[in-house]
Amino acid sequence: MTAAEQVRNPQAIFISGNEAVAMAARDADCRVAAAYPGTPSTEILEYLSAYPTVYSEWSINEKVSLEVAIGASLAGSRALCAMKHVGLNVASDALMTQTLIGAVGGLVIAVADDVGLSSSQNEQDSRYWGRFAHIPVLEPCDAQEAYSMTRFAFSLSEQFSVPVLLRLTTRICHVKGLVRTDASEKTVARFFNKDSSRYVMVPGNARNRIPLMMQRDKELAQFSESCELNRFEPGQDRRIGFVTSGAAYCHVRETFPEAPVLKLGLSHPAPIETIRAFAQEVDQLIVAEEVEPLLETELKAAGIQLSGKDILPRIGELTPSVLRPALAQLTGDTCTTAPATQNDLFPRPPTLCVACPHMGIYYCLAHVKNTIISGDIGCYTLGAGQPWNALDTCISMGASLSVAQGIDKGRSEADQNKNVIAVIGDSTFLHMGMQGLLDITYNRGNVTILLLDNRAVGMTGGQNAPSSGLDLHGEETIQVDFRKLCEALGVKPARIHEVNPYELPVLFKALREEVKQTGPSVIITNQPCVLTERYRQQPVLAVDADRCTGCSNCLDVGCPAILVERRETVIKPNGREKQLAFVKIDSAACTGCNLCINTCGPDAIIPLSRDSRINAVEVSA
Amino acid sequence: MSYVTNILVAGIGGQGVMTAADIIAQTAIRAGHDVKKTEVAGMAQRGGVVTSHVRFGEHVYSPSITPGHADLLLAFEPAEALRWAGHLRTGAAALVNTFAQTPPVVSLGLFEYPDAPLEQLARYPISVSSLNAGDMAIGMGDRRLVNSLMLGAAARHLPFDSGLLKQALLDRFANKGGKMLTLNEQAFDAGYREPGKI
Repeated sequence: MTAAEQVRNPQAIFISGNEAVAMAARDADCRVAAAYPGTPSTEILEYLSAYPTVYSEWSINEKVSLEVAIGASLAGSRALCAMKHVGLNVASDALMTQTLIGAVGGLVIAVADDVGLSSSQNEQDSRYWGRFAHIPVLEPCDAQEAYSMTRFAFSLSEQFSVPVLLRLTTRICHVKGLVRTDASEKTVARFFNKDSSRYVMVPGNARNRIPLMMQRDKELAQFSESCELNRFEPGQDRRIGFVTSGAAYCHVRETFPEAPVLKLGLSHPAPIETIRAFAQEVDQLIVAEEVEPLLETELKAAGIQLSGKDILPRIGELTPSVLRPALAQLTGDTCTTAPATQNDLFPRPPTLCVACPHMGIYYCLAHVKNTIISGDIGCYTLGAGQPWNALDTCISMGASLSVAQGIDKGRSEADQNKNVIAVIGDSTFLHMGMQGLLDITYNRGNVTILLLDNRAVGMTGGQNAPSSGLDLHGEETIQVDFRKLCEALGVKPARIHEVNPYELPVLFKALREEVKQTGPSVIITNQPCVLTERYRQQPVLAVDADRCTGCSNCLDVGCPAILVERRETVIKPNGREKQLAFVKIDSAACTGCNLCINTCGPDAIIPLSRDSRINAVEVSA
Repeated sequence: MSYVTNILVAGIGGQGVMTAADIIAQTAIRAGHDVKKTEVAGMAQRGGVVTSHVRFGEHVYSPSITPGHADLLLAFEPAEALRWAGHLRTGAAALVNTFAQTPPVVSLGLFEYPDAPLEQLARYPISVSSLNAGDMAIGMGDRRLVNSLMLGAAARHLPFDSGLLKQALLDRFANKGGKMLTLNEQAFDAGYREPGKI
């Protein structure tokens, strides 16, 4: 279907790739869907949660979500789990065994790679898992294909009894395009078929499954040669021919409209013979793939001459602005793309939200001496930025505790007087952090743990978790009791504190006392994320200009609502210069959390309604 | 290849950049175009830089606007206008909300906010119009009206009938009751009347 046909088709809807995956799963009669939220995959489950025919859940972590989906598939239902690229590392243990068992009901693993790192701790290429786990990889290039390939993935999974990896990238997940959906289907009712020789992967049984997996690989490779998802698009200019997939295909088509292109939808196993034949028809064959030279290496091993990462970058997206100059080297064409003029502007890094309950924590951490602070994934990572600079490590989800244990046990003589602190959020603690805490208590670690419970998965937008007491649908469910949980994991009751993170003196006291203790301590904070409905706004604050001394202590809180009105340089009695910054509060952004009041010596910060001489950004123009 | 129109919407997380882009995209669909829309918004809810790309024409392949090829920049903040001005083609238009927003790194004195960002913008080979949509929105009673003001101002630059754009905006508020609908319509009209070239 051409774009013009799509536009004329009144059925075409304008949706993102993530929404398209969700709609396709529903239309394919998927019964169970599970995920842990993670950018750019989060919305898949949020959309699926709206469909009553699909059981959908936020799982504790990606391994659990895959295991839930595997169980559903073995029970005979079509199932989907979604995750971001780093999530598949977590889920990989289950994946590597499931590949031997194979699917019963169609099993689709939608993995979203953050190509270009918009919000991840690394950039990785999930297509490797296709080779590693011997499973097919489908790569949609836009929202329309995200829909049609998700539909296809379920039937492919059942045809070959194999889990199917749907490789998405940010430019699929978060791009809206016009999509035409197909009629929904009704799958046949199946049942759980007891078959321990297939489902119980003890060595003897697993050994028998491996040849079957190898046979499946061969059949899939044959299937790929004639699969309609691997599409040839002829072109007039045969100087360069492209083999490409996913978002890279769109960028190639945009940049080289006249070039012949072999677009791979089923990119693993690759249709090697089809590509070999294509290579004969063009002067030079280019593999354009995001991120790793995966297909390139396979094709070279098959004796096909081509170019790839020798001219194209190995990191980030292959956008037209990247492709055009890189290929100009080969064609000898002049590159007409003007390089973007860069301004020498201030950076605008992401920061904690106005009134974020974590701000007080980082304010305290920045003021406690002799610390090594182990951080974690999520909003807490922002504590590494200005003005707090209060994080020393951040590796992976849940790693703050185990890394802190390692720092404690591995510290040199020079660090003996340092206080080792681990900072972790509620959802992250439940995802993978609990195990680290047990390791600390069990192995007598000396770590102070800050468990920042804001009752939500904050960084991805405030999704629910067992700490919220609400499920994916917003329905009430159990709410985990962190005090009891920490106690069960071996922390002494006297070493567990629950504090209000907006009460800075209380927070300071708890922190200063606990870092002195031998053995693990846990300080749990108890105020909700400001992005959630739970957060209650209080009277807005303002600065009394007559009282503000310009000390700028309040700026150390890091609240984006505190702005500098004017700066002055004064000479102190000792002859040194001192910079003063007189502040105002953006009353349209302030939510009255009162954190800054705690830091203001001259009591210049007051409720907006109490004083008319305030120095706030005016509410009415 | 058939011509594709490139609209770059830029601002800060929380300003409604993506909503504005979505409304432009919806209008383009109604005008019969193929449309793609994407955003670059790493951790955008936390005050970071946000851009949204809207591309429409006979057939759109890549969702990303190639630097130097944007036809219109809709900038929700003056420094952000400066940040993205280099992505415009010669002769393109920039429409700027002059209501400045300084981030904590500037408040802390680590970086400086640019001097006279509009004057710096005027040095590019583009035409610049501006309005203080921030003050106007606050004056109208709701900061969130910035979005509708900017869309109204953008209507003069987009290759479709302004009524079509206004309707796509108002359809967003169709089920939210009369007051929001009226306010946003007023904001759109005020934005349409306002911007002057600099």
